[in-house]
Amino acid sequence: MADVMLDAKGLNCPLPILKAKKAIKTVPSGGTLEVLSTDPGSVADFAAFCRTTGNELLESGQDGDTYRFVIKHV
Amino acid sequence: MSEDAEGTNTKTMTIIVTKGTLDWAYPPFILGSTAAAMGVDVQMFFTFYGLTLLKKDLNLKVSPLGNPAMEMPMMGGHMSMPNIMGVMPGVTSLASTMMKNMTKKKGVASIEELRDMAVEADVKMVACQMTLDLFEYSKKDLIDDIELGGAATYIDMALKSDVNLFI
Repeated sequence: MADVMLDAKGLNCPLPILKAKKAIKTVPSGGTLEVLSTDPGSVADFAAFCRTTGNELLESGQDGDTYRFVIKHV
Repeated sequence: MSEDAEGTNTKTMTIIVTKGTLDWAYPPFILGSTAAAMGVDVQMFFTFYGLTLLKKDLNLKVSPLGNPAMEMPMMGGHMSMPNIMGVMPGVTSLASTMMKNMTKKKGVASIEELRDMAVEADVKMVACQMTLDLFEYSKKDLIDDIELGGAATYIDMALKSDVNLFI
């Protein structure tokens, strides 16, 4: 179970990233943020977001139409 | 790349914003707010028609006139409007309303929303003083969180910047 959950389902680019950025500020260092999204573009975007910001993408998966990401706040 | 007080290297990006229609407002605000969310120092320079994107009250419009690539999804297909229709009264408002409804339906942020998020993420917004004078706007017509500047202000920032975009 992640420390903070973010439901970004139904939102389109770049809102899942912008909301994740806000949410990750509330996660203590070393803690995790779980994001749910329905935007297929968010798969590439969360990988890019983590590469650039130095946060760690622990999980990136799909369940039906929903994408799930777990990000560790570094 | 510029060095901040902690001695870490922060990437920087500038965007020159020259257009003020609903469709052209999206790329600069999407890229500016996203870059800021990714830890980039962003400066946006608003000039000519782009300056209107800093007005307190936005009423952005898009015209199908002269834009044959503008196809609206309709009844399972796509429809573009003949140019002759674009000059008819009311067509610009109709197209603008349609696009705003589409963005809402598809979970795309409004320009107001993206601009607020950019301001909140400390994107530095610079309004072109010359454009203000030219089109007779005053600073009080614009949102509070901006600075005024000219070409030299932009060049100074752009020379130190990792990414410079003209939109």
